[in-house]
Amino acid sequence: MSAQASDRLAPPLIFETGQTGRATRYVERGKPLESFMPAKTLRDDLPLPDNTELDVVRHYTRLSQRTFGIDLGFYPLGSCTMKYNPRINDALANLHEFADLHPFVPDELAQGALQVMHELERSFCSLFGMAAFSLNPAAGAQAELAALLIAKKYFKERGATKRDKVIVPDTAHGTNPASAAMCGFTVVSVKSDARGRVDPAEIRAVLGADTAVCMMTNPNTLGLFEDRIHEIAGAVHEAGGLMYYDGANANALMGNARPGDMGFDLMHLNTHKTFTIPHGGGGAGHGPLGVATHLVEYLPTPYVVRDGECYRLDFNRPKSIGPVRSFWSNFAHAVRALAYLYANGAEGLANVSQYAVLNANYLRVKIAEFLEMPYPEICRHEFVTSAQGLKKKSGVRALDIAKALLDRGFMAPTVYFPLIVPECLMIEPSGTESKETLDEFVAALREIVATAESHPQELFDAPVTTVVGRVDETRAARHPDLRWRPVERRSG
Amino acid sequence: MAQPEQLLYSKEHEWVRIEGDSAVIGITDYAQNSLGDIVYVELPKSGKQVEQFANIGVVESVKAVSDLFTPISGEIVEVNSVLERDPAAVNRDPYGEGWFLRLKLKDAGEAEKLLSLRDYEKLIAE
Amino acid sequence: MYTPHTQADIDAMLEAIGVESIDALLQVPDELRLRAKLDIVPALPEYQIRRRIEQLAKRNAGVDLVSFLGGGAYRHYAPPAIAALAMRGEFLTAYTPYQAEVSQGYLQAIYEWQTYICLLTGMDLADASVYDGATALAESAIMAMNATGRHRFLVSRAVHPNYRAVLRTYCAGLDVQVDEIALTADGTTDLHALASALASYEYAGVALQSPNFFGNVDTLDADALRAVRDGGAVPIAVVAEALALAALATPNSWGAQIVAGEAQSFGVPLAYGGPYVGFIATKDEHVRRIPGRLVGKSVDNAGRTAFVLTLQAREQHIRRERATSNICTNQAHCALIATIYLALLGKTGLRDVAALNLERSRELATAVANAGARLTFSAPFFNEFAADVGRPASEVLDALRERGILGGLDLGRWYPEYATSVLMTATELTTSGEIAKLGAALKEVVRVGAGV
Repeated sequence: MSAQASDRLAPPLIFETGQTGRATRYVERGKPLESFMPAKTLRDDLPLPDNTELDVVRHYTRLSQRTFGIDLGFYPLGSCTMKYNPRINDALANLHEFADLHPFVPDELAQGALQVMHELERSFCSLFGMAAFSLNPAAGAQAELAALLIAKKYFKERGATKRDKVIVPDTAHGTNPASAAMCGFTVVSVKSDARGRVDPAEIRAVLGADTAVCMMTNPNTLGLFEDRIHEIAGAVHEAGGLMYYDGANANALMGNARPGDMGFDLMHLNTHKTFTIPHGGGGAGHGPLGVATHLVEYLPTPYVVRDGECYRLDFNRPKSIGPVRSFWSNFAHAVRALAYLYANGAEGLANVSQYAVLNANYLRVKIAEFLEMPYPEICRHEFVTSAQGLKKKSGVRALDIAKALLDRGFMAPTVYFPLIVPECLMIEPSGTESKETLDEFVAALREIVATAESHPQELFDAPVTTVVGRVDETRAARHPDLRWRPVERRSG
Repeated sequence: MAQPEQLLYSKEHEWVRIEGDSAVIGITDYAQNSLGDIVYVELPKSGKQVEQFANIGVVESVKAVSDLFTPISGEIVEVNSVLERDPAAVNRDPYGEGWFLRLKLKDAGEAEKLLSLRDYEKLIAE
Repeated sequence: MYTPHTQADIDAMLEAIGVESIDALLQVPDELRLRAKLDIVPALPEYQIRRRIEQLAKRNAGVDLVSFLGGGAYRHYAPPAIAALAMRGEFLTAYTPYQAEVSQGYLQAIYEWQTYICLLTGMDLADASVYDGATALAESAIMAMNATGRHRFLVSRAVHPNYRAVLRTYCAGLDVQVDEIALTADGTTDLHALASALASYEYAGVALQSPNFFGNVDTLDADALRAVRDGGAVPIAVVAEALALAALATPNSWGAQIVAGEAQSFGVPLAYGGPYVGFIATKDEHVRRIPGRLVGKSVDNAGRTAFVLTLQAREQHIRRERATSNICTNQAHCALIATIYLALLGKTGLRDVAALNLERSRELATAVANAGARLTFSAPFFNEFAADVGRPASEVLDALRERGILGGLDLGRWYPEYATSVLMTATELTTSGEIAKLGAALKEVVRVGAGV
């Protein structure tokens, strides 16, 4: 972060620079708008800045330098699978024949794109043990929503309209209950047991004729494998409910075990986690939705089908929940995911997940030397540690550790999630980091914990090497400033 | 300015001050302290009837949301408009300028279901 | 692939962990261990991955045809500087900017995006993006329901058919009824029908798109706006061609309280439908109902300007089942692309592009009329319009395709009453030569259809 250290002054906003008429010209001058449209249909002013291309290039280059990504360093953000994003994926997604293909091009003239989608879909089916996948959902949360809409429709068609409860463990991502609420379901939260797992008895206690879906993440957000998943799935099915697999942590079992074999009826993948799609600062993601045989006909439209040697988008699916987005898929990401699939093959994907597990366990045993482990056992691709003991001794909290890591050139782990572990740090190294990187991270963390005991104030003040220090979030929320305003305020 | 010992309390950390046939409610110092910097308070409108212990709004801090339950039934007759622009008043002065609502009491007998300061202090010490 | 460990590394790590093998770490119960042979291609070296996927790409013959396709996805010029900047690894490989101190650049860029959307729409605030235009509409409808406590929604039939379909998908989850407003013969929303529907006082909101799916300017007039207000509904403007915001009267000026839009036109590749970038902009009074992330400007502990994600208590990771939406991952990188596009084009460039779209589409309309078709509607349009070709549009489009032209969209696919109309689009990239080629081809096709 040393490049940032010397760059403490925030660049002005793009709106505060430039001069009208200075913009670099990309197209010829247009005639006055009034020559084409009645004046009353037109806006009177367009208060945007004109900057030269050089101005703009410098501005966003500087902004990039004030942003930390995987390309700059270790990014152990739990639950996010920040592994290396191979550049070949982007190069292929950006091929002219993909990037410039209009979504309404007739199927016969988009066979390559359709084949990409079909081949990826078939591979996902094999890899995760599902009957079909829809590549339509734009992100994991949207796949959850689509899956719950499928469940709702499935039960409605069976006259089971009283199935209005969705069971969600207390370690679940917030999207699970939020998606359930968007489909009119009531959320039933189930507590994790002392082993950090869902106890089948707890599930049985809430199962009934009103159960619609049980949503599970496996391994769960504590990084622990839900080893009694078969029993849970059996109980849910016996009660007439459906099992949903939140694929946020699929990187931990890909190629080694399959949600389909565990009894899941519905699942999503976050290809921006598991299949190395760059996260791009918050998206776009891609959330393929997998279903077992009995739910295939409910998948969102369109669905890619293969007729002999031809592929087509099938819109005519009477039982479908309907479309969930403007156009078919975050297709560019399907290309990236297919490239990653080709790069690895079945064996390679199994290795990816094994190395993720190896790296997580290596970090876990090293960090256990100086931080407490609420669940001291073999983990999967991630684990949680807690600063609770440290806080009692020194006042240093998980947040302070996170900020101190930023000073040492690392991204912070996920903090304060899952909600059931106090002062939680959730660490996911992914399988693309070398032993040397992991050792450097452990050394930094060890030094931070030692500093907590000797000079805690240093950690309360962290970060100090970044372009800004801790940001006043209270002020941001109490007095929201969500946009720049022209000095002379005009009404649009 | 209310003295905490003159107030009644709910297990959900609200306080109530009964003044004749009306009551003023707010959240306790313990509640504001555990929530941290309060950034927003969402309250019902005047005229609404609310039942004792019903969820009537939310209190937001930067990274948490808590439900607000009314400790007593009645019709809302006044909402503290200060909180709209200055939610920090709840942190500064939870028993004074950070009050939430005034209710026209429906059943003063409900007060029996609330805690005294001593019982409330016992509860939060647990 | 992309894994770093040597055997020596693995051995050392296993020893530190205290297990014999990686297998011992997997701990998958025996009955769940994968035994099936996976039906997945074997691993390929990178040059072969490239070759294989390039071969697939070549099978997209439609990409190089002369095209007049639009309908919610538009071909516009994107300066290479956009990709050069947006594809920088710092932006590309960042996660959601939870750690503000090392994400100031991205946060500032999103704050700029929010501002651009506000300036273009005339609204007070905008979110950091949603998936696309269709989900922006669906989420806006939910905002209107939360604002009014009502559970019925009204949408114009002139709103993009895909957007309306997605709206229905989302509303089915909430058991909300969606009703549609009829069209006028002029290809705009029937504002009288709208006013009488709203007299029921049942609707949470009403959505109009301008330019609408037919390309026509389609906004509330003063009487209709009064009817919406009197009916207690939230007026929502849908924008599928964001470029039009640079030219047309803002949604704010005709009374919209929420704008649900798609910003693909701002430099985001067509990419066979995604990823694109939706936005929701609204008035200050709805700030706590807006879904998705918001970036705010604040200060750091030394008083320096600093940006940070804010009002997070609305969101799913805090409010869980009572969040404003379930959205988590958004389309930040596409929003970044759009922001850079807007910064590069500037006010001057954007006006020019809008003017060129108006000019070329009128040139196209003239060519189409000269070829024997007629414009289906007479309302003012932006860069696309419906052309009645006098015979089933699907036949005409097939015939044009044989001549190497993607002539547009068959409106009969969504509007049976316009089965002889084609939706045609021209942008700044449409050349006079392409228009002449279409004109000539259409003349043959239309004439054949007329039985001459």
